[in-house]
This record gives sequence, C-alpha cells and structure tokens, in this order.
Amino acid sequence: MARVNTRTRFIQGNEACTEGALAAGMRFFAGYPITPSTEIAEILAERLPRVGGTFVQMEDEISSMAAVIGASLTGVKAMTATSGPGFSLKQENIGFAAFTEVPCVIVNVQRKGPSTGMPTSPAQGDVMQARWGTHGDHPVIALTPFSVLEAFTLTVEAFNLAEKYRVPVILLMDEVIAHMRERVELPGPEDLEIVDRRKPAVKPGEYYPYDVEEEDGVPPMAVFGEGYRFHVTGLYHDAMGYPATGNPRLADQLIRRLVRKIEGRVEELTMVDEVQTEDAKVVVVAYGSVARSAARAVRLAREEGYRVGLFRPKIIWPFPAPRVRKLAARVEGLIVTEMNMGQVFREVERAVQGMAKVDLVSRVDGELITPVEVLTAIKEVY
Amino acid sequence: MPTLTRQVSRGETGWEETGGKPGLLGYLRTGMMPHLWCPGCGHGIIMGAFLRAFDRLGWDQDETIIVSGIGCSSRVTGYLDFDTLHTTHGRALAFATGVKLANPKLNVIVLAGDGDLAAIGGNHLIHAARRNINITTICFNNNIYGMTSGQFSPVSPTGSWATTTPYGSIDRPFDLCELVRAAGGTYVARGTAYHVRSLTGLIEKALKHKGFSFVEALSQCPTYFGRRNQLHNAVDMLLWQKEHAVNVRAATRMDPEDLRDKILIGELYRSEAPEYTEEYARIREQVRQKAREGDLVQ
Ligand SMILES: Cc1ncc(C[n+]2csc(CCOP(=O)(O)OP(=O)(O)O)c2C)c(N)n1
Repeated sequence: MARVNTRTRFIQGNEACTEGALAAGMRFFAGYPITPSTEIAEILAERLPRVGGTFVQMEDEISSMAAVIGASLTGVKAMTATSGPGFSLKQENIGFAAFTEVPCVIVNVQRKGPSTGMPTSPAQGDVMQARWGTHGDHPVIALTPFSVLEAFTLTVEAFNLAEKYRVPVILLMDEVIAHMRERVELPGPEDLEIVDRRKPAVKPGEYYPYDVEEEDGVPPMAVFGEGYRFHVTGLYHDAMGYPATGNPRLADQLIRRLVRKIEGRVEELTMVDEVQTEDAKVVVVAYGSVARSAARAVRLAREEGYRVGLFRPKIIWPFPAPRVRKLAARVEGLIVTEMNMGQVFREVERAVQGMAKVDLVSRVDGELITPVEVLTAIKEVY
Repeated sequence: MPTLTRQVSRGETGWEETGGKPGLLGYLRTGMMPHLWCPGCGHGIIMGAFLRAFDRLGWDQDETIIVSGIGCSSRVTGYLDFDTLHTTHGRALAFATGVKLANPKLNVIVLAGDGDLAAIGGNHLIHAARRNINITTICFNNNIYGMTSGQFSPVSPTGSWATTTPYGSIDRPFDLCELVRAAGGTYVARGTAYHVRSLTGLIEKALKHKGFSFVEALSQCPTYFGRRNQLHNAVDMLLWQKEHAVNVRAATRMDPEDLRDKILIGELYRSEAPEYTEEYARIREQVRQKAREGDLVQ
C-alpha cells in the first residue's frame, strides 16, 4: 500500500537511522546481530537489495567492520551497526579506517555495560570508547541523536562528514532512542544535502594517495579497480601510501595531520541545540535520550520561575569545548546529566576551567533519568 | 606541487621503468625493493609463483585487488603493483569479502600467512569457504610466526620447537586443506616452494576457479623454524620439502605405510557450488522483479 511511500511515518529510531542511511546513499551494510541494534540489520537486509545495494551478515563484528572498510574502498558508502560488546570488537578496525582515511559509519546503540551487562537497558557508557576505543592517537567523529527524527538527520550528517573528512563517524545512539517510536516527517531528497568523497583529479601514475597541501588537509580518494594501483596499509605510510615506519618526521606529520583534520575543525563541526540559555543562571547539559528528560525539566523549572536552559550537543566528538566555554562565562552553574558515571561531565569540567560550577546527575542502573530527577537537581544547584 | 608528506615519487618506485610490463617487473613496485624477507625465505618464491600464474591468465592488473593481513608474508601487498590492501592481523579475508561483495567484477586475491589465516583469522577462513565467495586465497605456510620472531602457529607440527614451545609443541596442527574443504571451499590444493612449477599451475587453476579457492603453499623460514628444528638452512628445508611432498596422484599407488610422514601436494579437491556474489545478485534481481510486478512497495 502507498502508505509506506509517504514521508509521515510512525517509526523507531533504528528504522529512522536506516532511512537516513539509504537517503545518504549508503549501499553496503555488514553486521552481526546484537540487541538493541538488530532492527537496523533486519531492515537493511530487506531494503538494500531493492535499491541495488548489498547486505551481508558476517561471522562477527570484527569481520563486519573489515567488510565495511573493504566495501568503502570500492567507492561505495558503507556502514555497520552494533551495540556494546560488538562495539568493543570493532575497535581495531575502526582504528584502521581512521588511520587509512576510509570513510565509513558505525552505529553504536548503547546498552548497559560493561560486558554483556543489561542487553535491553539504555546507557551512555560508551562515550569515551567512541573517542578512545582504538589504540593510539587518531581522529574520530561521533554524533548523538535525541529523537527519531534526529536518528534520521544525524545519520545523513554522519555519512556527509565521513565522506568529507575521510574519517569513521560513529552514530552514538542509545537504547531509548533506538526503540522509541515517534511520528516523524522524513525530509525528502530535495531537502537534503548529500556529500560524496572527493576523487582524484589526476591520472593514475600521478596520484599520491596521501598527499595534501595543507597541514590539516583531506586527500582525494581513488576507487579500487579504476587503475590507480594504490596501497592501503595500517602501517605509518608516506604520501604514496607505502610503509614508512622508520621515519620519525613523517610519522609526526601524518598523525598530527590526521588528528588536526578533525580536532582543528571543532568550531565548524560544532552542532549544538541551545534552549533558553540567553538569560539562564543554570544550564543543563544533556544528550541522547537523557536530553528529553532534561528538556522537560527545564520547561517545568521555567514555569516555576527558575532561569534555566538546556545545552544539547548533537556532536560529541570532537567535543564542542569552545561553545561550552562561552556558555560557562555567562552562567553560574552547569548540570551535566548522563547515564554513565561522568564521561561528558569531565569533558565539560575541562572546558569550563573553573569559570562555573559543574555538577553531575548520573544514573547507572539501566533506567532513564527522569525529568523530576533533573528538576530536583536544578532546584538544589540554583 | 607543494607537499608535506611526500617521500617517494612514481619514478623512484619504478613506475616509469615498469609501466611497459617487461616480464614480471610490470607487476612489482620495484622502488619498494629490497624486500624485508630474510635470505633463504620461501615467501618470495611463492610471490613469484603467484605472479607467473597471474601473468599466464592475462588478467587485467587494474581489475585485481590484492588483500593481505599482517605478517612477513602479508607484506607482499606492498611489493605488488595492483590496488593493494594491507589490513589488520587475521582479517584479510573479511576485508576482501567487503571488496568482492561491493564490486563482484573485481578479481580479489588474498595472500597471507599460516598464523594470520589459521589462528587469529581462522573464523574468517572457514566462513569465506562456507560462503563459497569467489576469492582466491594463498596461504604462505612456513609453520611459524615469522614476523614476531618464531612463535608456534596452529600448523606447527606437534613436537616442533619455537620460542613459545621451549619444551617442544604439544599442540596438534590443523590440516588447512581439510579444514577449508570441510568448511565448504570448492577448490583446494597444496604446493611447496620447492615444487614451484607445480605450485604455479595450482595457483593458476585456483585463480580461474569460480568460488572459494585455497592454495596452501609450503614456505620455508630458515631463520625461525629451520634453526630451531635441525633444518640448518634454506637448502636443507627445500630438500625436506622435496623428500616429504608426494603428489596426490602418485600417492594413490603408494603403500599407506610409506605415506605416514609425507605431505600430499597437488589438486586435493574441486567441486562446484553456487557462488556467493552470484547468489546475492540473483536475490537482488528477484526482489526487483517482484517490485516491478507490484508485490513490494519500494
Ligand atoms: C591483533 C594482533 N595480534 C598480534 C599481532 C602480532 N603479529 C604480527 S604478525 C604475527 C604472526 C605472523 O605469522 P604468520 O601469519 O604465520 O606470517 P609470517 O610472518 O610467518 O609470514 C603476529 C602474531 C598483531 N600484529 N596484531
């Protein structure tokens, strides 16, 4: 029936994520089932062959991540989706993608860890893992949606950023957003800006796969099978992509460029939703599903006459520290509320540098933080 | 062109000299030489056998992707003038599966070591075989972890010596060919660095085979395996291969007693089964056909 064709839908975050991925041009998915991300794989198994794409269920999360990188090298937009234990397994190859600059998107629907934890309960305990899960300094981007609609729009954004900066982008969802259903009006193709990776303008034989002119540059990327005959390696490499492990100067340049490529663009990458922060004395910092409770608490507090606001990062890595710092300069207190023991809290403290008081409201029992809990904290801090 | 990180140019890597393909040099990044393999190592012989087999087929270098893992053998991708992917330890087949599925028109070849393919990558090996995906895998089997200086691998013979089996190995080795066959691979062969002509022929057949093809190529590591196992140099090791390898066809006429300490070489198994990327293409076509008929809403 035509209903499916309309843009108004009543769907889960996981489904919205698949719609966003398909709208962004994703045509390759490799994954391994794990709650609470499994719907993404199931939906894409059905949808991808219909649009000429490829779905594959691999033998584990390690191989899923590897297959995604292999597919991306053939010029296809590729992604995988997982949760906690699977995200841990993907880390080595996420580092490979970051280091070799292969665009890809990794969805991690956070569930309560550590270990097998509480497979069906929400958490936000993988914030630091998203940043530092793989060994060594490296660049990464992580986005964190707070609604079903944002699960769509930020998935599109994840692909755009991956393609633009040749970097793995992590969509850090949580169980609540993934499984919650909302009525959404999905943007159509005409409303979306879609970015594709830049291809080399030179002929094979003149192509230096990792040559850049700027010290934070993003090199154009050739496609496997088009005659460029380039080498991709997880070893430190030169402009040709060939191993150059004995060259400290080159090693220094490469890793600094890779990190600068993302960290150096923190201001332009910052995506934050600020609500009623202009006159606020206290601001709640929240992301993902917790931001929904925080938004409600802020509304309730306003009704009671408290001057409070909400600061909601949609991008969590690179952390929007400059914006937090600006905010800290004009408020008295910040309340960070999250379903972990203070992962963003410490980032906020670091950004604030003592300019404002920073408090933490955390919940780590597998239950979503409620508006009342945030409201109570607001009243205590105010 | 201003550069920050450029260190080599095509000229220096031999691109110009080899662009016209004089012999096998056209397949090599000669600027990457000297290679890192030790004197007497068998890996170069196997690489040569692969290149000769590839050359005989006359396949297009530009439509061929070579994928490796991590290890001495896996460094081979750096020397080959193709699109090459030097991945993470054990994962070559998983990366290769992504390449092949995303673009089935490409020839995808995996070159890696016994540790890489059979230990850390064992799961990917059996699953690639099970899918019967059209990828050719050549295992450079030197019975040891060369890159990390001589620890035992899952194919090191019981009783052999390695840095991590200082009292002799109690581990039982895999028969990789039996493993791949049992897992669903449809072309399985074994050769040795000594019997290089036959090895070349086996690789050629493996490349031509549609489906998952696997060639176990016995290599020699005089540095780490030989020294500890009373095979004092590469010549001793090659002679060992000569004396212990028996062609499967000859073996059928031999007394089982005489075969006890022998290794079978040649084409060990071949069959036909649906190939994975073709099966997926079929599904895709079927789904689209249904959509055209209006059964499915796009
Ligand atoms: C995840 C991981 N574990 C361990 C290593 C260390 N390592 C590098 S190569 C290697 C073994 C190589 O042996 P093999 O695959 O047989 O190849 P060879 O060097 O003998 O050719 C090991 C254990 C690694 N690089 N990555």
